[in-house]
Amino acid sequence: MLAVPGRHRSVALLTFVLVAQVLLLAGQIRQDEHQVRLIRLWAVGIVTPFERAGTWTISKIRGTWSGYFDLVHTKQENGALQAEVNRLRVQNTQLLSQAAEGQRLATLLGFRDSHPDVPMAVARVIASSADGSSHTFYINRGEKDGIRRNMPVITPDGVVGKIFEVFGGASEVLLITDKDSGLGALLAGTRIQGPIGGSGDPFVQMKYVSNDETVTVGQEVLTSGEDRIFPKDLPVGTVTEVKSGSPFKQIRVQPAAHLDRLEEVMVLLMKQESITKPVSTASDAAPGGTSAAATVKREE
Amino acid sequence: MAAYARTETHIEVHKFHLWAVVGVAVAALLIQSFLPVYFPRARMLDLPLLITLYFGFSQRNPSSGLLLGMMIGLMQDSLGRSAIGLYGIAKTLVGYLASSFGSRIDVEHPLSRIGLTAAFYFFHQGVYNLIQRVLLGQHENFFSPSLGIAAGVNALVAVVLFPLLDRLRLPS
Repeated sequence: MLAVPGRHRSVALLTFVLVAQVLLLAGQIRQDEHQVRLIRLWAVGIVTPFERAGTWTISKIRGTWSGYFDLVHTKQENGALQAEVNRLRVQNTQLLSQAAEGQRLATLLGFRDSHPDVPMAVARVIASSADGSSHTFYINRGEKDGIRRNMPVITPDGVVGKIFEVFGGASEVLLITDKDSGLGALLAGTRIQGPIGGSGDPFVQMKYVSNDETVTVGQEVLTSGEDRIFPKDLPVGTVTEVKSGSPFKQIRVQPAAHLDRLEEVMVLLMKQESITKPVSTASDAAPGGTSAAATVKREE
Repeated sequence: MAAYARTETHIEVHKFHLWAVVGVAVAALLIQSFLPVYFPRARMLDLPLLITLYFGFSQRNPSSGLLLGMMIGLMQDSLGRSAIGLYGIAKTLVGYLASSFGSRIDVEHPLSRIGLTAAFYFFHQGVYNLIQRVLLGQHENFFSPSLGIAAGVNALVAVVLFPLLDRLRLPS
């Protein structure tokens, strides 16, 4: 055994611990990156129940807050509320209409109509990544719910990301804004294709679009289906900035989904390979490419 | 059971129940992954780093400081998407250095805590980015304005958090 002087024991321990972790890192580079490591499995297994409990608690607190504390001044507000009844009736009609629209949006560009065999699972966001440099979050659906790696994750507004890791009762979702994220996309209307990549900030970049192409601010960006993960013609975002670059344009896209305020998402329980029928596109329905989700036509 | 904290020199060291150390570390990791769901700006906080710093400053034992830093860092890696060991190495070094600093300079004064926390935040991010560059070939900027803001925010949170954690100290 190596005899280490007492005063150097901490330095020796530090060296040992650092070398061990460097070897751990080196081992991961050699391994299949999609292999879920045991320590990660344990950590998620330990933390997930608390996060589920936390989510449940917060939803209850919110309910209590709005259901009780907001009613402290009910007596005073009663008169005003009475006066609002008529307005609320009108609003209720509008909400019913919006609910119907929400149902339409939930079918996401007629996807469900076109593919009734493709089920979706609604999942609640229970935590984000503890690693500040990556854009991921956890949902309360896992392997036992039929979730598998690389399944698309969406909201009625648009694409959110894909399933990155799957655990027993939870899954990790890689947001499209993550630096390592990517998806095939095209510009509605012109159908110019280019991959979308995250840059670590709230926006994403559309890459490899030639300077000769015409791209305008406000154009809708849709999935192209070329990545074999996301189905065709789901809304990705809107072009917010276009610059000429060398050799390609620099196109900044604002994601359509509200990625900073996600509470519920939908996971498409399918593999892209299962999609064989073309989906009617937003550009087919609306050449201008606006309001893609709402204007898509269902193929009869 | 008391967490061990001894030094060779005659300086004041603080002891904690082991359950307090473990509980605070786990709570920090939980909050770190839970808070940004509802408050996206909380992403700039690094509570596990603050906990590593606090126990390093207080216990003043480099061995326990680096081991705690390693465990917290590895757990943080496990709850994220990065390679396991990135935060582990960075927080191991932070735990070791914080313990060493704690035995040499005053880390009880609020101004001292602000300065040291901000400095260690930069150091931590620097080590993290360096490992990414050298070992993983991922190039990240060493400095950005948001990093400076995050360092300031973490330092301010530390000033509030550390006195609360002081209450967990065992009577000497």
